[in-house]
Amino acid sequence: MAEVASRGKFGPYGGQFVPETLMPALLELEAAYEDARADPRFEAELDDYNRHYGGRPTPLYFARRLTEACGGARIYLKREDLCHGGAHKFNNVMGQALLARRMGKPRMIAETGAGQHGVAAAMAGAVLGIPTEVYMGSVDVKRQALNVFRMRLLGTQVHAVDGGSQTLKDAINEALRDWVTNVTMTYYCIGSVVGPHPYPTIVRDFQSVIGREIKDQAREQMGRLPDLLVACVGGGSNSMGTFAPFLEDTAVELLGAEAGGEGIETGRHAATLVAGRPGVLHGARSYLLQDEDGQIADTFSVSAGLDYPGVGPQLAYLKDTKRASFTAVTDAQALEAFHTLATLEGILPALESAHAVFAAMQRAREMDRDQVVVATLSGRGDKDVQTVARSMGVEL
Amino acid sequence: MAGDPDLATTEKMALACIRGGADLVELGVHFSDPIADGPEIQAAGQRALRAGTRPRDVLDLAARLRRGSDAPLLLMTYLNPVLAMGLTPFAERAAAAGVDGVIVPDLSLEESPEIRGVLDGAQIDLVQLVAPSTPDGRAAAIGAVSRGFVYVVARYGTTGTRSDLPEGLRSRLQALHHTASLPLAVGFGVSTPDHVRTLATSGADGIVVGSAIVRMAAEEADPEAVEAFVRELASGVRP
Repeated sequence: MAEVASRGKFGPYGGQFVPETLMPALLELEAAYEDARADPRFEAELDDYNRHYGGRPTPLYFARRLTEACGGARIYLKREDLCHGGAHKFNNVMGQALLARRMGKPRMIAETGAGQHGVAAAMAGAVLGIPTEVYMGSVDVKRQALNVFRMRLLGTQVHAVDGGSQTLKDAINEALRDWVTNVTMTYYCIGSVVGPHPYPTIVRDFQSVIGREIKDQAREQMGRLPDLLVACVGGGSNSMGTFAPFLEDTAVELLGAEAGGEGIETGRHAATLVAGRPGVLHGARSYLLQDEDGQIADTFSVSAGLDYPGVGPQLAYLKDTKRASFTAVTDAQALEAFHTLATLEGILPALESAHAVFAAMQRAREMDRDQVVVATLSGRGDKDVQTVARSMGVEL
Repeated sequence: MAGDPDLATTEKMALACIRGGADLVELGVHFSDPIADGPEIQAAGQRALRAGTRPRDVLDLAARLRRGSDAPLLLMTYLNPVLAMGLTPFAERAAAAGVDGVIVPDLSLEESPEIRGVLDGAQIDLVQLVAPSTPDGRAAAIGAVSRGFVYVVARYGTTGTRSDLPEGLRSRLQALHHTASLPLAVGFGVSTPDHVRTLATSGADGIVVGSAIVRMAAEEADPEAVEAFVRELASGVRP
């Protein structure tokens, strides 16, 4: 008889809530992943791509002028924006694409919100020669037109999804429907620490390179660990990647910045952990933004990558156990941080990352000057220039 | 799909199905993100949602149908609306409404024990699904815990009307009959009287036609047409 234990739980969160058609594929993926992790050649090949193709390790940069402007703790930025493709998404995609090739899957699919994961999947598909298709909500296709074109240039087919709210959650729905239809020949390369087990674990592990590097670099540059780590949280991949290697270092505080949109009180936001309650979506039990009947709510954020009504199950567990805390940063605050970082440090951050920068600045002001805050700058802001221009009333 | 375009219409359509010879009626309780469903049922769920249909209204509808008919009633929904009502309140209300069983396509075998325990307590069947990708050993495990019948997913993919049936269903059904003592009901892309005839002679004990009727109920909203269509389908099982 087949093994039927519930797997991939973080406390009460996680699990495998998917149609039966996908269960054998998830079991196959779990076995293939365990096999790959036990194979030093897999690790070596990923490391090689990370270094020579992805540009890792990314710098840990002391933001001197930002620190002076805040007048509190020293602020360091983990520069995932300098990773190949312009975001941390590369870390996960390269690992999963190598896994797809190892599993002999001739086709890869992915979903994308802001387009960063889609671009990363397109790059990995190209460099490994795996035909790749990306699902993207039609609202996001419009507001992230640059990334759509980048994916096409990389040889990837982009499918606009018209269902539901036409954003990230609907792109995931459609990717899952594709997978259910073509599961035997297709690798589903999910872009965040969400979805059914083993995805939250796989994506966290591949993204943990961020936190491992922070740890090494902090010891090297300051001879100690940071006091506070800050990362933005949509699905949660850059935050889990930042936090995971520090979970046992309980003196290091962990703070996630969610999308407060127009303000929690307006109901127009995407702050799942701040304002949601537990439920089941996209294969896992976690916090969700939902109505009284369990219908998933529409979300709102200036940043497409945070515009998601769910969140990774391990982050839900970190909230409940109080190992991490979460705060909501509004659109206006994220835009303010965007301009601050641009003018003080010469860096245009992704709007997603600007949420983390704002939360880091806010906390640094209340901390001592000998303390250290590390904010993960998950991506660069080139893709958001149109959105920022619009917010300033500027026509490009 | 209950509440598409409104609950009064759904009631008429369900009664028409029963008059046409349906042995069992499935009422869809819509969910905003139905990952196992194709375009027809997605659109129907969106219409039901926009019409303001709530899961509790569907349970009231089930109770009204139960008063007018003895045909078994099943609810087809996703896990989150059930969890939002609360597992025990859902089971109690469904039992009070006379619901016989529940199909939850995103509830895997692995995650099913808790909800099956609660539903067993309310004497409601939790129907589990077997897919084309399910290996034999796993299918046996699913057959051993399913209640009422085993729902055999006919094809890779989502629900929706299709022109043909996948190959290999007959041998699949025969293999499943060896391991499962429960009746086997086949669904997903079963749309025409021809499909029904073929399946009835291939070892299917039950046949589920969903999207074709959902579409008909929404587009024509004519109980007589639905009744005639179901009668035609049923003639494939009972010539």
